[in-house]
Amino acid sequence: MKAALNVRNAAAVLVVAGLLVLPLYTSLSGNVFALTLFTRIVIFALAAASLNLIMGYGGMMSFGHAAYLGIGGYAVGILAAEGIGSGFIQWPVALLASALFALVIGALSLRTRGVYFIMITLAFAQMAYYVASGLARYGGDDGLTIYKRSDFGGLINLSNRVQFYYLCLACLLGGLYLIWRIVNSRFGMVVQGLRSNEARMQAIGFPATRYRLVCFVISGTMCGLAGAMLANNTDFVSPAVMYWTRSGDLMVMVILGGMGSLFGPVIGAAVFLLLEEFLSQLTEYWAMIMGPLLLLIVLFGRGGIDGLLGRARRG
Amino acid sequence: MLLVIEQFLNGLQFGLLLFLLAAGLTLVFGIMDFVNLAHGSLYMMGAYFAASFVAWTGNFILGVVLALGATLLLGIILEFVALRHLYGRDHLDHVLATFGLILFFNDAVRLIWGPAGLALPLPPWLTVPIAILPGIYYPAYRLAIIAVALAVALMLYLVVMRTRLGMLIRAGASNREMIGALGINIKLLYTLVFGLGAALAGLAGLMQAPILTVQIGMGENILILAFVIIVIGGIGSIRGAFLAAIFVGMIDTLGRAFLPDLLRQILSSAAASTAAPALSSMLIYLVMAIVLVARPEGLFPANRS
Repeated sequence: MKAALNVRNAAAVLVVAGLLVLPLYTSLSGNVFALTLFTRIVIFALAAASLNLIMGYGGMMSFGHAAYLGIGGYAVGILAAEGIGSGFIQWPVALLASALFALVIGALSLRTRGVYFIMITLAFAQMAYYVASGLARYGGDDGLTIYKRSDFGGLINLSNRVQFYYLCLACLLGGLYLIWRIVNSRFGMVVQGLRSNEARMQAIGFPATRYRLVCFVISGTMCGLAGAMLANNTDFVSPAVMYWTRSGDLMVMVILGGMGSLFGPVIGAAVFLLLEEFLSQLTEYWAMIMGPLLLLIVLFGRGGIDGLLGRARRG
Repeated sequence: MLLVIEQFLNGLQFGLLLFLLAAGLTLVFGIMDFVNLAHGSLYMMGAYFAASFVAWTGNFILGVVLALGATLLLGIILEFVALRHLYGRDHLDHVLATFGLILFFNDAVRLIWGPAGLALPLPPWLTVPIAILPGIYYPAYRLAIIAVALAVALMLYLVVMRTRLGMLIRAGASNREMIGALGINIKLLYTLVFGLGAALAGLAGLMQAPILTVQIGMGENILILAFVIIVIGGIGSIRGAFLAAIFVGMIDTLGRAFLPDLLRQILSSAAASTAAPALSSMLIYLVMAIVLVARPEGLFPANRS
């Protein structure tokens, strides 16, 4: 694949470069808040990228992706509460739990298509939400405070903001690389083929559901990783992380950035969270601006920000 | 025994209320192929309108009628200004646009009515308990909800199945291009159907309002239940929505009422009291999962032949 010099690639390079040097800026300017905000952005970018894998490339509109954020977070939180502080145990458990959940709900949900799929994934995520609310031992509705971040021995110290930021960024870039490799592999081609024309792919002899399920599980696992990072970032996990509006936020990020584009979700997450931050400083009623803005984006801005960049290249 | 009858009636009442919400949703989906997440916001607006109009006019019935009209109008405006441009688009666009509307409505309500909830007080003649069987009393208001919702369901059935408008609605659901080609003003029809759905949601909201408080976000959880109902019932099918709504209302109410006691028979008391609330909230979603696995099209798919 030849990397062409165009607006879209230039934007991606700029974003990555900006994210890489951000801690330099924050330590020079002493703006600690920006680092916290961008850690959050990077984490949500990973979650959005994982959703983009199934939604943009696979055509599976999951409206329950926040469930993995919660599962990853609760895996870290519960193990920490039980006295197992090692990240080498916490994080693999978080990934495994998310993968398992994705496997089960994927196997059930993928029997359905279209709007049914949107709704059944939503319902399963709500179920996870209620389960978490019922965990009286781990805070129930009020959530669970994590007193000590995951311990990775002498390797990396998560309580150090800069180190934690770079870990998150490394996970994001690793995740994007993985998605890029998947999308351009034979497996990824099959999944994208299934989005375009399922009947034809099946006629060629590809087992549609199996391919989709594997893709669904990979996506869920990746989002579980984002969940483990998010819990460490906030030192807290609560059922609210997997409330359905959170899944909606993730969807918005993907669509805002541009579905089915590698860097779209990263840009989408950044724009969404920065806009939220900016508007909420402007007015207490920021959602009154954000809501109609979304409507306008849907009405007039097809293809998201990535689509705009693509048009700029042609124009 | 008393408790069982009472809970059955509660389940029926809740189910009928859910039906009002689900009917609008399934009509709009079945006919315009439009996924409206903001349906719950219309439910909320109905309740807020009712609370304001009842306080303003001092008359419960008058306030409720005004609130219904206001919700109908709001639905029509919403459809006319924004949503009609989204018909024929991808479902994902619908989800996103109406998600934006939810954000807008929640904050708009917070701005206009403030963050604290409102109360919708009942007139005295609706607060008396009525003897449904000798010695068994049931609140008059809940009986009134059952009666109104049943009447609306019947009316809806008659309108859809027995009138010219209903015939057009059904025709629009099965082939929109064709009825457009036959000279029917399909845009007007869509606007009417959306307004009808909005009014039904508003009715559900304002009837629920005196039982619970009127508050921001009240439409969101119940909206998801309504989605579960139309998925179980089969999207686009009013009959399916009706049966599924009663079913879900019963399961939810009876589950919450009796599951803790049932669990206590098997588990220790402490384990039961922690597991029961989560399990009874999950019950409906479990049922939905089972239905979708067994019959991905829902139990009563709309007859489109």
